[in-house]
Amino acid sequence: MIELQHLTKRFTTQSGTVVALNDINLTIRDGDIYGIIGMSGAGKSTLVRCINMLERPDEGTVAVNEHRMETLTPAQLRAARREITMIFQQFNLLMQRTCLRNIMFPMELAKVPKDQAEARARELLALVGLPDKADAYPAQLSGGQKQRIAIARALATDPKVLLCDEATSALDPNTTHAILELIRRINRELGITVVVITHQMSVVEEICNRVAILDQGTVVEEGDVQEIFSHPKSAAARRLVYPAGAPRTETMDGYTTVRVAFNGTQTTDKPLVASLAIECNALVSILAADTRIVNGQTLGSMLLALPNDENREKALEYIKNYPGITYEEVNG
Amino acid sequence: MAEFFAGKEWTTFMQVLPTLPFETWETIWSTCVATLLALVIGLPLGVCLVTGEKDGVRPLPLWLMVLLNAVINLLRSVPFLILMIIVIPLSRLIVGTSIGTVASIVPLVIASFPFVSRLVETSMREVDAGVIEAAQSMGASPLQIIMKVMIPESMPSLVANITIAATTIMGYGAMAGIIGGGGLGKVAINYGYYRFNVVLEFVATALLVVLVQVLQTFGTKLAVQCDKRIQK
Repeated sequence: MIELQHLTKRFTTQSGTVVALNDINLTIRDGDIYGIIGMSGAGKSTLVRCINMLERPDEGTVAVNEHRMETLTPAQLRAARREITMIFQQFNLLMQRTCLRNIMFPMELAKVPKDQAEARARELLALVGLPDKADAYPAQLSGGQKQRIAIARALATDPKVLLCDEATSALDPNTTHAILELIRRINRELGITVVVITHQMSVVEEICNRVAILDQGTVVEEGDVQEIFSHPKSAAARRLVYPAGAPRTETMDGYTTVRVAFNGTQTTDKPLVASLAIECNALVSILAADTRIVNGQTLGSMLLALPNDENREKALEYIKNYPGITYEEVNG
Repeated sequence: MAEFFAGKEWTTFMQVLPTLPFETWETIWSTCVATLLALVIGLPLGVCLVTGEKDGVRPLPLWLMVLLNAVINLLRSVPFLILMIIVIPLSRLIVGTSIGTVASIVPLVIASFPFVSRLVETSMREVDAGVIEAAQSMGASPLQIIMKVMIPESMPSLVANITIAATTIMGYGAMAGIIGGGGLGKVAINYGYYRFNVVLEFVATALLVVLVQVLQTFGTKLAVQCDKRIQK
């Protein structure tokens, strides 16, 4: 379990003090794939670096399993870091070492006997699907392959926690998907807790079970991914859930505007808009929609315009009783 | 023409010619030894210049960094000719004499280690900060980061910079002929400059040029060859 309490980090720059993290409280349970999402400059990278003390928090405590990270001596911290490994956006492989020796590197630091380390490194190469790249140098690999080697390297010391700092941000969508699959597999098969830092909602959507939304150094929303997707409460969450801008709230004369939010219940088997037309004779227009399917469930929201005629009340009643959605009338 | 071959210049040249292989060898080994010793002092200093900074891998006290930088800059700003003369007593103290090739190594090392440490510093700064951070995140100690990350990762740049240092040291070594150092520089100065033997001056200089060419070609090749970032 990772527990952050009252975490605060300030940076002093020429133009004054910047509060990068402001009283962060988070609990990440064992086995979670926990997303920390925010726009650039929200403090995500600083936050993840506070977990393994690459950044020292100014205030607050960081507990990772039995370690109270900020109280450890340098030697204890180095030992603890073998349990909390990290992968990066730019992979950060040693360019002058072969892939095999890159994976052996953390074991070399931990003074694992060479033959043992090599055997383990070859196992890990197979695990990440690159058994034939042992003698290749990182420069000879594609981005996705480099990240696989980085993942293998991060697994070399049998960590309990894997921190992913924008690990897929430099990759194309297909490769991103493959790397996320690998991370998910590692989480399931090896039981490693994963913390995913990203600015892409699609990444959270694809693998995380819980998410915290970070905005200007504070956690503005935290909870189950589906909950946050269906009801983004904060402005920051809305910006992330609706990257193209939240559905506009615009009223039209002679119409009632209704925002319908899908909560993730199975709503696909009975189409709402078509049902409204058939069962209530309400000729509904869709003003805006941003819905998506996450883990087989519909999430997102729609902005509907109901004509203010004799069918209006009936239609509103119908929407209200429709399973798995919440609605609100929007005025102006 | 016949006059020239009968003249003093030619006879001196013929007398000195058999010693040229020996003098060439003096230049080669004194350059090698001086470069090696400059590296022994300059490499750790150059590493410290980077790792000792406030945000470095192993920060050192500010006063020490200021002192280190000041000493290096001071030594770098003294012209080699002057420095050679200043360190004559030190040469006597260390090698027992101030004359000869061995004695010239003392000023060569003192003049070149600050230069080497600056070159090493530049090489170390080229190492990707992300890679160092990755090593830290894996629990590497400062010494492990220096030995297993910074030096190996900057090896191509180090080799290229050490080549530059070696050619410079070879040039300095030639100047040491003035205060009694051995090698091709001595030949060029003693026979060419002091006795107006233009032929010897040119031949000795030409040999120095060839040595620098060979050294530079070899160094560049080695630097490229050891760089695994280049896809082959």
